Amino acid sequence: MKVIVCVKQIPDPATPGALDPSSNTLKRDGKLILDESDAYGVEMALQLVDAAGGGEVNLVSMAPNSETAGLRTALAMGAAKAVLVSDPALQGSDALTTAKVLAAAVQRLGGADLVIAATESSDGYTGTVPEQMAEVLGLPSVTFAKKVAIDGGVLKADRQTEAGYDEVTCSLPALISVTAGVVEPRYPSFKGIMAAKSKPVDEVKASDLGVTPVGWAGAGQTISNVAQAEARAAGEIIEDDGESFGKIVAFLEGLKVI
Amino acid sequence: MTDYRAPLHDIDFVLNRVCGLDRILSLPGYIEVDSSVVRDLMSEAARFMEEKVAPLNRVGDVHGVKRNADGSITTAPGFIEAYQAYVDAGWGAVPFDMGFGGGGFPWMVGVALQEILTSANMAFSMCPLLTQGAIDAIMHHGSEEQKMTYLPKMITGEWSGTMNLTEPDAGSDVGAVRTRALRQPDGTYLVTGTKIYISFGEHDMADNIVHLVLARTPDAPPGTKGISCFIVPKFLINPDGSLGRRNDVSCVSVEHKLGIHASPTCVLSYGDQGGAVGYLIGEENRGMQYMFTMMNQARLSVGLQGLSLGERAYQQALRYARERRQGRAPGAPAGESSPIIDHPDVKRMLLTMKVTNEALRRLTYWNAACIDVANHHPDATEREWAADLAALLTPLSKGWGTDMGVEMTGLAVQIHGGMGFVEETGVAQHYRDARIATIYEGTNGIQAIDLVGRKLGLRGGEVVKRHLDAIAEAATRVKKHPDLAEAAKALETSLQATRRATEWLMAHATDPLSMLSGATPYLRMLSTVTAGFLLAESALIAREHAAEVGESVVAERVASARFFCEQLMPASDGLVGAVTGDAQLLMSSI
Repeated sequence: MKVIVCVKQIPDPATPGALDPSSNTLKRDGKLILDESDAYGVEMALQLVDAAGGGEVNLVSMAPNSETAGLRTALAMGAAKAVLVSDPALQGSDALTTAKVLAAAVQRLGGADLVIAATESSDGYTGTVPEQMAEVLGLPSVTFAKKVAIDGGVLKADRQTEAGYDEVTCSLPALISVTAGVVEPRYPSFKGIMAAKSKPVDEVKASDLGVTPVGWAGAGQTISNVAQAEARAAGEIIEDDGESFGKIVAFLEGLKVI
Repeated sequence: MTDYRAPLHDIDFVLNRVCGLDRILSLPGYIEVDSSVVRDLMSEAARFMEEKVAPLNRVGDVHGVKRNADGSITTAPGFIEAYQAYVDAGWGAVPFDMGFGGGGFPWMVGVALQEILTSANMAFSMCPLLTQGAIDAIMHHGSEEQKMTYLPKMITGEWSGTMNLTEPDAGSDVGAVRTRALRQPDGTYLVTGTKIYISFGEHDMADNIVHLVLARTPDAPPGTKGISCFIVPKFLINPDGSLGRRNDVSCVSVEHKLGIHASPTCVLSYGDQGGAVGYLIGEENRGMQYMFTMMNQARLSVGLQGLSLGERAYQQALRYARERRQGRAPGAPAGESSPIIDHPDVKRMLLTMKVTNEALRRLTYWNAACIDVANHHPDATEREWAADLAALLTPLSKGWGTDMGVEMTGLAVQIHGGMGFVEETGVAQHYRDARIATIYEGTNGIQAIDLVGRKLGLRGGEVVKRHLDAIAEAATRVKKHPDLAEAAKALETSLQATRRATEWLMAHATDPLSMLSGATPYLRMLSTVTAGFLLAESALIAREHAAEVGESVVAERVASARFFCEQLMPASDGLVGAVTGDAQLLMSSI
């Protein structure tokens, strides 16, 4: 069984990010790390391959400056190899271009029984790349999976919904997006990190994949405006007069959470 | 989420820029990798320690350990799982011999990992730390069979290790050990006696515990010359490597302590049922010598605990000082209370912590680098000089490092004000945990005696002289930078005072009373001027590599060097009077 995981390498969320004022895009010139939301997909893939009794996990990633730090983390967890698309021409690419590029990278790896992505990245949050990739690759798309199993060549997933979850089955090959928490990602071991150093990372440019146009030229989206997030409003303090529970209940009802 | 973030930037700077990691990695016998691998290791290890080990620090403090009626120990909730994860991740193996499953990395890299692990959770770190000491002793002095039997499992961490030196009447005076070892016809020994203060002497985190026990054979000469060292496993090992019967060693009680509550400090009784089976390491009566070969590393590790706790306490104090608002700082708008970090006195405490931690990181990592060169350099002369320098630096790392650990965690409590004195903030734990480090592995008084009694005289004083000359040489380079001129001047002044104290001690080398009376203040003087030197040197290194490290790092290094040299270091110059003062006055008072 072969599983390909889409992994994004993002600026460390622990250090405050900044926008490039000329393009209104996130600055990505510092060290990048594996997006935590993709660590779940990598772990899921490793477990599925393990359960299938063999096979391998491959990675595809698109990142500036030949960045591999995040890929190395995923390789240290146990993935076998990666395709990295790193190309200055890709700057300004929108979600659809990203999906085309990653889909081409998947094809460069010869396709897979299953492609896994996170539901959305932790720095961009467009949340549309997996579905677009599925369309480009002509694969069935299952989204928001919070539980995944493969049984007799059939994908079975619990798909998170607002009301609960749907039980979905799907033929392979397929593309699936998994939610954070679908499995508990392992920590790379010392031996895993050492082994990852010699695992192949195939670095290519968009033109190697035959994807054009890319970058700003290929973007169907534009960034028309950027605004500061609204400051969080001060909370309301309820003095307990012995009856304050009523106010809390009313507050929660107002939020429609009870 | 955890409240500790490993200071990877400074660790990286110290490893690579200050201590020449590439040069150390290129020594024969280490794994052939470049320093980028170390960077990857550090960042993944940091994530593991931050997320998996650090959150248990307070849990361990609150729950402590429990001794059950059958003598077994239950560690704090989460410790078994976290230790298993630590073993699975393999972090304990990094600095050991590849022949026994180790990673083949320099000791200095192991020390960097240890800093992070100890910051994350000092009580937890005691288990791997003691194992490391036991591995070291077996590696150097064990037979091939002993190495093959014990090292692979100890290096993975599946089995832990302990060091059994102390007895009720044999603390600092190890020569007074009374535990007996009786040779058996099959070559094994039966060990009988009581050992106290045995960290992780019994616990539920590893499958087996390998005790290293100091004991006397019946015909042994008195004192330290009659001590032998034995391997006494909790479970005997079957010929096929599996665990056999329980050995005759049991935990009869655990101590209630000021700090490191989650580390079981055990009283171990050997031979209640006739004698515990022990295996002699090396030859009889040479146990003390064997202990000395691992002492540099063990003492360095304890010195590192001062740094680790100082760093964790600093991070917590910094966060608190940014959030807590009290009073109006100079220049703040009227009617608004300021975050306390804006008050100069709080800033002074924070900066003192920050630069002292930086100094300790440089001192301890450099000490480790010397140990690496001493063990691996192809040239014998280089090896010997490095060994002597490591020997000189070790009491500084241990003594000054742990003294500063107590002082810096104390400042963190101070910054928290009343909230620091109540336990809820958790900052008091660091202060309590730090307190043991000045006591064990040779009290700091012993470190000072070791420094003046053994280390100053190395090569007739040539080792300390070379070290002081290196500081003088650095000062002349530092002086050329106008913004560091004051720092260089302070460094020269401190150096002068330290030289005076050194010469005085050398001149009184045959007068034990004078030497011993001045030992502790001298340790502080030599440590402080060494720290000033390392911080000044770091500023120059940063400037030299400004293009790679960036201007903000240069500015930070210059500020640290200036603050330490100009404002902290001069206080120790005044200690020259305490070193050279009237020892009779000391002895005749009280």
